[in-house]
Amino acid sequence: MNTQDKIRQQLGASRIVLYMKGTPQFPQCGFSAKAAQLLSACGARYDSYDVLSDPELRQGLKEHSNWPTFPQLYVNGELVGGCDIMTELYQKGELQKLVTEAIAQ
Amino acid sequence: MVQARDIERMIEQGFPGARVRVTGDDGRHFEALVVSGAFAGKNMVQRHQMVYRTLGDKVGGEIHALSLKTLTPEEE
Repeated sequence: MNTQDKIRQQLGASRIVLYMKGTPQFPQCGFSAKAAQLLSACGARYDSYDVLSDPELRQGLKEHSNWPTFPQLYVNGELVGGCDIMTELYQKGELQKLVTEAIAQ
Repeated sequence: MVQARDIERMIEQGFPGARVRVTGDDGRHFEALVVSGAFAGKNMVQRHQMVYRTLGDKVGGEIHALSLKTLTPEEE
């Protein structure tokens, strides 16, 4: 399976997917750690993937979404953004809404 | 090492007439404010992608993180 198919499968397997450096328990970058914290603050269950352990996935995602950095949050297969967009949405209460609506569907 | 003003110049080339201010002095983490009418009608992700496109492959490589504020003149 090529990388783009793998990404599509991962995005199809869960409504909320976080691609990050490291894992929620052991984040390897401050921005990835913040993204995981924001999602847990919203009480969201989500799939996370460590792009540091899969360089092909890391490169494939940059092309898939024309987004060069991590973390990358996807809801319902759509790119929501990275750490600063997630933070801005959280401060406006929109991240909570986005996440609860996705889970409720 | 990338300098804030290099990033400013690259973004300005991609956004003629925009007001661009980039800060950051550790060579890897930067913040950029970009005010341009080109953002009208675009959501946050699209706006950030427009800025990333002006920086080629620098972001995610030499530039570890670029925190963006992207506004139209009316939103400022």
